Amino acid sequence: MSFPILSLLILTPIIGALTLSLSSSSQLKNKTIFLSGLWITTGEFLLSLLLPIFYDKTKNGYQFTEYHTWFDKFDINYYVGVDGVSIPLILLTTFLVPICLLCSLNSIQNRAKEFVTYFLLLESFIIGVFVSIDLVIFYVFFEAVLIPMFLIIGIWGGENRLYATFKFFLYTLAGSVLMLLAIIYIISKVKSGNIELISDFTFDQQIELILFLCFFASFAVKVPMFPFHTWLPDAHVQAPTSGSVILAGVLLKLGAYGFIRLSLPFFEYASIYFQPMIFALSCVAIVYTSIVALRQLDMKKMIAYSSVAHMGFVTIGIFTLTQDGINGAYFQMISHGIVSAALFLIVGVVYERHHTRMISDYSGVTNVMPKYSFFFMIFMLSSVGLPGTSGFVGEFLVIMSTISVSVYLTFFTAIGVILGASYMLLLYKNVNFGDLKTDIKQLADLTNIEIFYFSCLAFLTMLLGVYPKLLFEMINKSISMSIL
Amino acid sequence: MFSYKLLFFLPLISTIFTYPFGVLLGDKTAQYFSSTLISIAAILSWFLFISFSMSPSPEIIIPVLEWFLVSGQFFNWGISVNSLTLLMLTLVLTVSALVHIYSIEYMAHDNSKVRFMTYLSLFTFCMVALVVSDNLIQLFFGWEGVGLASYLLIGFWHHKKSANLAAMKAFLVNRVADFGFLIGIATLYIFLDTLSINEIIEGKEELLNYDINFLGFNINALVFSCFFLFIGAMGKSAQFGFHTWLPDAMEGPTPVSALIHAATMVTAGVFLTVRFSELMVMSDFIMTFVLIIGLLTAFFAASVGFFQKDIKKVIAYSTCSQLGFMFVACGLGAFNIAIFHLITHGYFKALLFLSSGSVIHGVHDEQDMDKMGNLFPKMKITAVMMWIGTLAIIGFPYSSGYFSKDLILSSSFNLNSFGPLVYLILAIVSAMTAFYSFRLIFKVFHGKYNGSYDYEKIHESGPFMLAPLLLLSIGAIFAGYFLNDLLAGYNSKNFWNGMIFLYQDKNYYSSFFPILSKSLVATGVAFAVYYYGFNLNKLADLKKRFYSIYNFILNKWYFDELYNKIFVLPLYNLGKFLWTRIDQGIIDKYLPNGSASIVSTISKAFKRIQTGYIFDYTFIIISGFTLFISIIFYISVT
Repeated sequence: MSFPILSLLILTPIIGALTLSLSSSSQLKNKTIFLSGLWITTGEFLLSLLLPIFYDKTKNGYQFTEYHTWFDKFDINYYVGVDGVSIPLILLTTFLVPICLLCSLNSIQNRAKEFVTYFLLLESFIIGVFVSIDLVIFYVFFEAVLIPMFLIIGIWGGENRLYATFKFFLYTLAGSVLMLLAIIYIISKVKSGNIELISDFTFDQQIELILFLCFFASFAVKVPMFPFHTWLPDAHVQAPTSGSVILAGVLLKLGAYGFIRLSLPFFEYASIYFQPMIFALSCVAIVYTSIVALRQLDMKKMIAYSSVAHMGFVTIGIFTLTQDGINGAYFQMISHGIVSAALFLIVGVVYERHHTRMISDYSGVTNVMPKYSFFFMIFMLSSVGLPGTSGFVGEFLVIMSTISVSVYLTFFTAIGVILGASYMLLLYKNVNFGDLKTDIKQLADLTNIEIFYFSCLAFLTMLLGVYPKLLFEMINKSISMSIL
Repeated sequence: MFSYKLLFFLPLISTIFTYPFGVLLGDKTAQYFSSTLISIAAILSWFLFISFSMSPSPEIIIPVLEWFLVSGQFFNWGISVNSLTLLMLTLVLTVSALVHIYSIEYMAHDNSKVRFMTYLSLFTFCMVALVVSDNLIQLFFGWEGVGLASYLLIGFWHHKKSANLAAMKAFLVNRVADFGFLIGIATLYIFLDTLSINEIIEGKEELLNYDINFLGFNINALVFSCFFLFIGAMGKSAQFGFHTWLPDAMEGPTPVSALIHAATMVTAGVFLTVRFSELMVMSDFIMTFVLIIGLLTAFFAASVGFFQKDIKKVIAYSTCSQLGFMFVACGLGAFNIAIFHLITHGYFKALLFLSSGSVIHGVHDEQDMDKMGNLFPKMKITAVMMWIGTLAIIGFPYSSGYFSKDLILSSSFNLNSFGPLVYLILAIVSAMTAFYSFRLIFKVFHGKYNGSYDYEKIHESGPFMLAPLLLLSIGAIFAGYFLNDLLAGYNSKNFWNGMIFLYQDKNYYSSFFPILSKSLVATGVAFAVYYYGFNLNKLADLKKRFYSIYNFILNKWYFDELYNKIFVLPLYNLGKFLWTRIDQGIIDKYLPNGSASIVSTISKAFKRIQTGYIFDYTFIIISGFTLFISIIFYISVT
């Protein structure tokens, strides 16, 4: 296809961001800014819908590719394309960004222009990560994503935002430096940045182990895997709702995407070699963070810890190195992207009205906000992994695939299912049921805008739960290519 | 084909549309709408069942929608039509339809009755999906779905703290069991590479060839998977160890207890065991395990039922105990009889629950039996219904319980050496059942009224509640008589058509045993009549004399306290420990904060370089540039 759809996807938000930031801010009202941001991101979403429509599921390899030479000497080029693994994540991104803007309509009052600009930039960088087939381009986008994210947390965050941003920065920096070193080495060895060419290259085994660890450092922080997870609860608690949504919804997926897209095809030997380590870390992540989540007093922290546990399923699934495992892990990524984003929005709704995130400050909310409790219920159940919701499909496949590795692994993974139900039900019960507290009697139920985006998210979770074939068809072939 | 699909979709339509209808057209319309849909499905299921039992045909599988991709193969949402599923469907849909109708009146004063009807329909849909599934994924969907409906309905009155806690407990205890179920499914999948139930049963021989090493033991794959499937069944059917959620579940509205916690959902475990009967019988260990768990549960629950004060809890423990009977039948290899008892029990237990609901409704939401008594003159129909249900449960001749329960007792002679022992235990448990059932009757309907509510205001329920009772009483009386030959008689082989394992040779035993069991039951009844009908004061003496035993039984063998001590509290404390000590104490201290302190030390050093003189800066810039160039050269040369 000659139509440069991928470049257009990357460029549209950037152009939008530039126009916005160049216009003089004094003349624009907040509402106009948000509306223009919404128009751009909705257009972007519609544009990205062309990808699954025109994508040929029967073919192997990348499609919609574009190639422009950049550094001839090292064969580093602007080379982009998509396959079944990247399309759903692109859609997830373009779907969540308008929702992020929608939910900030009232909560973000100061510096609205910068806020929308950063979100547009963020969107474009994330899409850049998912479409690049060149290692250097990938790295540039991968790191660039962090800049708007820092700013969003750092400017519009809570009281303790500086500590959170700083922690976030330190963790990711350490990972990126190592990955950069590894990338420099790889390019000097292979003499090309093309991901497909690098996949065919066989490294010396000892070196491969080191390279794997360098990549691992960067991705594990992003996922996040135990013990690199402690930045996540802080970042979430301090971030504004929209920041948490995009962080949990898409940014955490960058690490897992990196594992599937780069680590597995590049380092086949090392992926098998480090299997036990990753399983151990993931099992600890699942059991440990679930138990920690049980004791959280802050709603956002609890959901943040649950994210770590859910992403533990993803890393286990990926490193079973089986088709079912990676399918399941991928499904879990998409599902977690929708569900955790929705849960952070759910917290955002009551935070905006009552200005507290402490669980103990709420009780009997269902009496005044029945619609809210209804949506909360759907997302809670999906997070618990109830069959019929998207959360189940991924968890189930991952558990099925673990038994080919070891029964013990299955045990630990499945324990996560019990613990996950415990803390989510506890959260739901404490917030929604019981006696109505007097100071929350005046809380208003969901507005039409909120109902709109919650319905979209709820519809997606149910659709993927009842008819997961939609996603399976898209990813199955591409994933079978990425495993050995 | 279409009519089978209708059975599947009618409850779904009811689930989806009842709530919008309630909002648009008013509560009454929504209630009638859902009741009508489920009733149509119930009547249809009887037609299909009768026409099927006239001419049994091999299993048909009707696909509905492609669902799941596992190892390159899609599994469907589908309907499997066979004798077992049709039989179960008649029970599920009939009881569900009657409970829907009953709830119209029972919930008349509740503000959220439409929500209640929606949940009931959701439950019905999930239960139908569970029963008709031809693969384990759909089965698991239904399994968790009924659990969800049960969770929602137990906690239906969400302003009650106890109801919320009970709902959570039910969901979590079931989750623990589902953990086992999942492992069972995973084991079957890894060895047989399929999740279709029929293919699993066909591949049962193959399973014997594999071993799993677990905790140092080599366990056969068949035993391993059956064991964990059975753990799942134990959770759902509230068997010994997993039973704690069932009595608490009585916090829900009474129609819910009748539908979910008596007739249908709790029997799903028995259904699962029977569905996999061909696998279960291949291992003696599993069969013995099932038998022992069944016996333990039957005895334990009957003993706890002795002194419960809450009318619903007595019936709940009796349900638990009867479920034990069904598992005993499974453990003895008499799977058809387990299903037979499941069906008859479904009718008479639903009758008992709905009658008790009628009582509770009449005495204005009082559940404590100590505050009842002499209600017979006030609610004669309900009392007669309760009598019918009680006679059925103790196995009064020619009531439905008589057929199925006696068959369970007699099939204990399938075992060669321990047969008489099993028989004896079952007979004793039957006597205990008779005792506490009649205790309930006498405490509630006869004797002296002790309540605080105005006796004159106590009233009989209206037609919407009594009609379902009458219909159920027909089932409680005649179900055994009509189904006996079909399910357990000489022609049963035609009916089952290879769907479940059938025990081949029948053992004969002396006529001494039936006389023994009958006289034990009669003694149980006599004790209840003696103490609760005429000599209440003597009872108090007995309680004093055997105080420690009485206390032990009254406190349900201290199971809840034990579980709190060994599971809940340690987990809760561990959470605190991991969070404050490991996350904040170790990881944060050394990883980010530690590196931060290093950074700040370095930055202090760098501060010294920032002298403010252009010369110093130029020097640093040039040396940095040189370093960078040399690195690039180094790389391009190597």
